[in-house]
Amino acid sequence: MATPLVVSELCKSFTMHLRDGIRLPVVDKARFALQAGECAVLGGPSGAGKSSILKMLYGNYAVDSGQIIIDHHGTLTDMAAASPRDVLAIRRDTLGYVSQFLRVVPRVSALDIVAEPLLARGRDRAEALARSRDLLSRLNLPERLWDLPPATFSGGEQQRVNIARGFITRHPILLLDEPTASLDATNRAVVIDMIAEKKAAGVALLGIFHDQDVREAVADQIIDVTDFAPAKAA
Amino acid sequence: MTSPYSAAKGDAMTGQTMSDEPLLRVAGLSKSYGARVGCDDVSFDLWPGEVLAVVGESGSGKTTLLNCVSTRLLPTSGAVSYRMRDDSWRELYRMGEAERRFLMRTDWGFVHQNPADGLRMTVSAGANVGERLMAVGDRHYGNIRATAVDWLGRVEIAEDRVDDQPRAFSGGMRQRLQIARNLVTHPRLIFMDEPTGGLDVSVQARLLDLVRGLVSELGLAAIVVTHDLAVARLLSHRMMVMKDGHVVEHGLTDRVLDDPQAPYTQLLVSSILQV
Amino acid sequence: MSDSVAASLAEAPSYNFAYLDEQTKRMIRRAILKGIAIPGYQVPFASREMPMPYGWGTGGVQVTASVIGPDDVLKVIDQGADDTTNAVSIRAFFQKVARVAVTTETARATIIQTRHRIPEHPLTEGQVLVYQVPIPEPLRFLEPRETETRKMHALEEYGLMHVKLYEDIARHGHIATTYAYPVKVEGRYVMDPSPTPKFDNPKMHRSPALQLFGAGREKRIYAIPPYCDVVSLDFEDHPFKVQAFDKPCALCGAENVYLDEVILDDRGGHMFVCSDTDFCEKRRDAGHVGEMTEAAE
Repeated sequence: MATPLVVSELCKSFTMHLRDGIRLPVVDKARFALQAGECAVLGGPSGAGKSSILKMLYGNYAVDSGQIIIDHHGTLTDMAAASPRDVLAIRRDTLGYVSQFLRVVPRVSALDIVAEPLLARGRDRAEALARSRDLLSRLNLPERLWDLPPATFSGGEQQRVNIARGFITRHPILLLDEPTASLDATNRAVVIDMIAEKKAAGVALLGIFHDQDVREAVADQIIDVTDFAPAKAA
Repeated sequence: MTSPYSAAKGDAMTGQTMSDEPLLRVAGLSKSYGARVGCDDVSFDLWPGEVLAVVGESGSGKTTLLNCVSTRLLPTSGAVSYRMRDDSWRELYRMGEAERRFLMRTDWGFVHQNPADGLRMTVSAGANVGERLMAVGDRHYGNIRATAVDWLGRVEIAEDRVDDQPRAFSGGMRQRLQIARNLVTHPRLIFMDEPTGGLDVSVQARLLDLVRGLVSELGLAAIVVTHDLAVARLLSHRMMVMKDGHVVEHGLTDRVLDDPQAPYTQLLVSSILQV
Repeated sequence: MSDSVAASLAEAPSYNFAYLDEQTKRMIRRAILKGIAIPGYQVPFASREMPMPYGWGTGGVQVTASVIGPDDVLKVIDQGADDTTNAVSIRAFFQKVARVAVTTETARATIIQTRHRIPEHPLTEGQVLVYQVPIPEPLRFLEPRETETRKMHALEEYGLMHVKLYEDIARHGHIATTYAYPVKVEGRYVMDPSPTPKFDNPKMHRSPALQLFGAGREKRIYAIPPYCDVVSLDFEDHPFKVQAFDKPCALCGAENVYLDEVILDDRGGHMFVCSDTDFCEKRRDAGHVGEMTEAAE
């Protein structure tokens, strides 16, 4: 099977210019690869850099050194060195992301938020909205909420909107940042099923899951980020 | 809609395959006011459908940059090139004034912070929107008015306000009218100077949402000058941080805001009040 | 010319012929020639103080004074009438300072200075029509900056003129501008025809006479040389139309002429008569009658 994403020698530190330029290393020489049709899970205690790795992969955090090679439309592209324009193109077509929190856009309905990634890829509006409805009903979001902006939704409701938005497209790579954190058991099970379907469709997934049961249900590979922990600064 | 102005529709961020050439190229742009630096050696490319936010404090040079790029202020040095509708590249400051002004009122838009600077306050909303159409030779009153009403609807101004003067409008409505007035010729590039500047927060949100929708629907490229990082986050793909006339950081908007590199950007981001 | 100048100097030592000194006339003539060379373009000129207030036709008077010769025959009208104060005093002025012949007859005049009308009797080659202009800039209504309006003329950016007409239709349902109705001259410059009724606009089009415009306070001169295209601005679905009157002139029965309303009493009685007094008199002399004159007989 293909490896649509290969990470090598990835290093990240934060330089706090407001605190006399303290340097905080968070990831040192991370290396792993994602297989198409499999779900890899980043493991390790909190603060070990799981989230930072995910954000670097998505282009959300800058990379100090190393490579993130992504198969984007058959071309190997280094996400760590890509231009903003390329990063946006990769996000649109190749690399999906379900964040921990929904960034709410004022006045846009839940239905439209979920449909947006499809519309951005030039899909027909009716089709996008139909897919959006399917996903929201599958995630048990009450239908009366669909036409409302999610600003006033509960954490779990917002999270389901977020998941639907991330799963609506057919991105070959999907990053999941604690998608099930605020979900009840029923909906966790739905997400587990959805992840299984993505795998069956040949998508490479990489996630952070705090629930033991979800992790066990989806993980094909556990990547222990403590292996990439920077040597303790003296 | 008259045909020459609908061509630019729909190539929003269609990425690598389609519009693989920028729309605008800014190279080494500098402006000095005597010994004082307005902006210094700024270079960037802007692609069709891309929104670039220029952020910084008052006096950082962001408005100077905007004015130099939009040919409203002659730069001291550097070049601004623009890809015309026929795909030919033209250097803006080598164009004749007539052609430049024509470009500004057809293929470009400029949204001022103060709507009174961008509107004709003593003529009706309909005429404000219709002016650009008349300027390019539209001579059918009924069509002009229908187009104006359509555009007022798109910026959420009721049809029965079409004959009212903007003097009778609220600040948010004026700003939306200004946007409609600019977009009626389907420009490909729009400049915005603190578009939400003087507005109440609730009004800001509505305007931002509207601008966001129009920009993606019409595939507009935009340069938005703002000191408000939330505005930049919501509207822009890419962000340029300016200080004392220099670009101190430039990158993907969420990367700059979530992992700021330059000391000044870190200060700026850490200064945002959390609600 | 120089003989007659000398003669008039001898007779009226306090004034040069036609009041203005020769250098001033040269300056104004240069402005006029430039205006003729660029039809519809407003030429700045150094407007002089005249022995009458601004608003009384100082621009037109300076133009007339610069083109008039001793052999000219002058007619002066104000709102079409030869006998109103303004017309009478300007006529008297030129009789005094230029000793020219004057007339009320349109066909006999070589120079006609006018405020707010074009005579009904068709003008001919060789005649000069001098307009008194209060505000020469047609774009002023919407654009207060002179630097900007000059640039707009230079770059032919005339969208704004249609904004004004659009506003008319939006407010009144039709183009309600009835005087100073903007025209485009020779397909290039948009021009204010001075506050003549739009009824007279078609008379400017391809007129065999030379038309000169003088704005004294605003210090501008412009011109329409003979046989120039003068087109009134309009919309496709709201085409330019001149005023139409329900009845003919009450005194001479003339139709398709511009009529003035005359109040007859304090009980609402009124009549419409030719605004062109000379035209009306000529018709009555020729035996034409209207409603009022019929009633009187």
